Amino acid sequence: MDIESRQVLEMGYGGAERITMNMGPQHPSSHGVFRMILTLEGETVIAIDAVIGYLHRCHEKLAETLTYTQYPSIASKTDYVAAMTSELAYVRAAETIGKIDVPRRAQYLRVIAAELQRVASHCLWLGTWCLDMGGALGGGATVFLYCIREREDVLDLFESLTGARLLYGLHQVGGVRYDIPEGWEKKCRATVDKVDRRIDEFEEMLESNAFFMARTQGVGVASRELAQEVGISGPLLRGSGVGYDIRRAEPYSSYGDFDFKVPVETAGDCFARYRVRMVEFRESIKIVRQALDGLPEGPISSRPGVKSVGQVRVPKGEAYARVEGARGEVGCYLIADGGAKPYRMKWRGASFSNLAILPHIIPGHKVADVVAIMGSVDPVFGEVDR
Amino acid sequence: MPPALSFLIVGAAVLGAIIGVVTYVTLLERKFAARMQSRIGPYYVGWPHGWLQPIADGIKLMMKEDVVPRLADRPVYNLAPIVFLIPCLLIFATLPFAPGLGVADLNIGILFFLAVSAMEIVGLFMGGWGSNNKYALLSVMRAVNQIISYDLPFVFAAMVPVLLTGSLKLSAIAAAQPDVLHWFVFYPVIGQLAFVAYIVAMLAAENRVPFDILEAESELVAGFRVEYSGMKFALIQLAEYAHVVATSFLGALLFLGAWGGPGAGSSPALGALYFLLKAMFVFLLVTWIRWSFVRIRVDQILAISWKLLLPATLVLLMATAVVVAWKGPVLG
Repeated sequence: MDIESRQVLEMGYGGAERITMNMGPQHPSSHGVFRMILTLEGETVIAIDAVIGYLHRCHEKLAETLTYTQYPSIASKTDYVAAMTSELAYVRAAETIGKIDVPRRAQYLRVIAAELQRVASHCLWLGTWCLDMGGALGGGATVFLYCIREREDVLDLFESLTGARLLYGLHQVGGVRYDIPEGWEKKCRATVDKVDRRIDEFEEMLESNAFFMARTQGVGVASRELAQEVGISGPLLRGSGVGYDIRRAEPYSSYGDFDFKVPVETAGDCFARYRVRMVEFRESIKIVRQALDGLPEGPISSRPGVKSVGQVRVPKGEAYARVEGARGEVGCYLIADGGAKPYRMKWRGASFSNLAILPHIIPGHKVADVVAIMGSVDPVFGEVDR
Repeated sequence: MPPALSFLIVGAAVLGAIIGVVTYVTLLERKFAARMQSRIGPYYVGWPHGWLQPIADGIKLMMKEDVVPRLADRPVYNLAPIVFLIPCLLIFATLPFAPGLGVADLNIGILFFLAVSAMEIVGLFMGGWGSNNKYALLSVMRAVNQIISYDLPFVFAAMVPVLLTGSLKLSAIAAAQPDVLHWFVFYPVIGQLAFVAYIVAMLAAENRVPFDILEAESELVAGFRVEYSGMKFALIQLAEYAHVVATSFLGALLFLGAWGGPGAGSSPALGALYFLLKAMFVFLLVTWIRWSFVRIRVDQILAISWKLLLPATLVLLMATAVVVAWKGPVLG
């Protein structure tokens, strides 16, 4: 399928039997602002042109003008659905250049935040994906609202930890900014237990539904070779049979201490991606529990708290730090010149790279599958356009 | 009173009642869906539980700007909501709501109902075509495919009680089910299968999820009515809901014993109330399915109809014919 689809891309838009249909940037299921120019033959999509950039906010230039204490809170705005991820990538890059130690308690808190964030992000993904397939006036909306209910609980945890519900600013160079408040651990355990139970309900509701299976199995198949060639990462890559997870391949932030599985599915279709994410839900919850059990005492940052914006200076050097976000590899390439601001910064957004798979797997499917495949890729356009 | 005048009065009363019921069915559906989704639903407009919400919605739609796309086919575009609405209201004409309470209890009542009900596709197609919009065009292409595919199983499923009764007259079908045990849904095997087939075909014929590919708001934004606003949109909504309510009534009549119930024999008003409750039961059954399934794809919809539902209902109809030939019809 992959080679043929590339040839299809080269075809012109002419032909009496064809219509060109515009989907987006203002469209109910464009997941933000994404424009797809579809060429249709009847209901079948034969070519797709993707237009991105509607949400471009000069993040990389902005990073050059903000100090190492200021930018982490802004970094969370790249991927606003999983804001903890990009913060972590940024501070890890700065810590790598400056060879700054991170206390173990801070590392554990980072893991807890990252894994809760993965749970929250996957909740939103499952809800919006079902919304794409099931409709805002149908069963999709029901799943969506259930998922949002679970996500709200996780966001409540973040709120009591950082004071914010969407863009947190938890991380700082050298550790984290906030320690967990009293009673938070108990609340956190109760929440993850609840989410764990609800995931069973979602699985039962969806997988025992023949229509859900018909819409996802065998749809949008990305072969292992295609996946590696295009350079997708995260649940998509693991859904295509490549067991690659940065948390396992290159453990950071003491991920080596925890016992977790990296789910792999070989089918490469929408259902495989769904299965991978459903297992990741559970694995994340497992990691959170382990981290709470083994949370060490000690300082939460190797550096003093923030007193002025220019307080953190990073020596001359450059580094690439990457973390496994909810959507895949989120990387930050940082060049420091010894001052309080980076000289240059570059993001590697997981959604941006994952989106590149769409023109390879969409042609040949029906219009209805376009939104299903798009939803299974789970792009966040803040991260695509940055 | 001359018969023409009494017809007019009854007709006007039924029309008013239908529009009232249809308006409030939207509130019922929203409340029901809200409960399914652990929400409350409309609450603030009117005490208790937002009972004025449908009225507020109507007023809002009336006051909205009526936008006509510049390149629309204006006569077709403007006429479509009316052409869509008329058959949807007309089908109520043959429904008897209680013994002797109805506009016209025709001898071929069910035939009239099914024939006029199938005409909604004309208005729908006009709306999609006249809008001059690609989403609407794709939507009506799907509509023609889907409605034609599902009207056949719908008719076959509805024909099972007709065969059992041996009459096309709706009041005769109702009279053949005098008590709960004689409801056709409890007729051994055939009744249950026919009821399930009826519900599935009804979902498709009414464009409800999982078969709502015409509207398909995650792909086609709003399908054939994407360009409609204000009162025209309201008419289309009204027509859709009227059609659902009418087929719910028909379902209750064919399978759930129409107005039968304790004390209904002496009081037609009580009978009409039972009938309404049964119709609402069918409606909520459909709503329940709607709010818990995901939508299926156009090719899968056609496959289900032509490969599964159509042969199944045909076989069912033949089996019914055999049973009737063997045991004779159920007479009311």
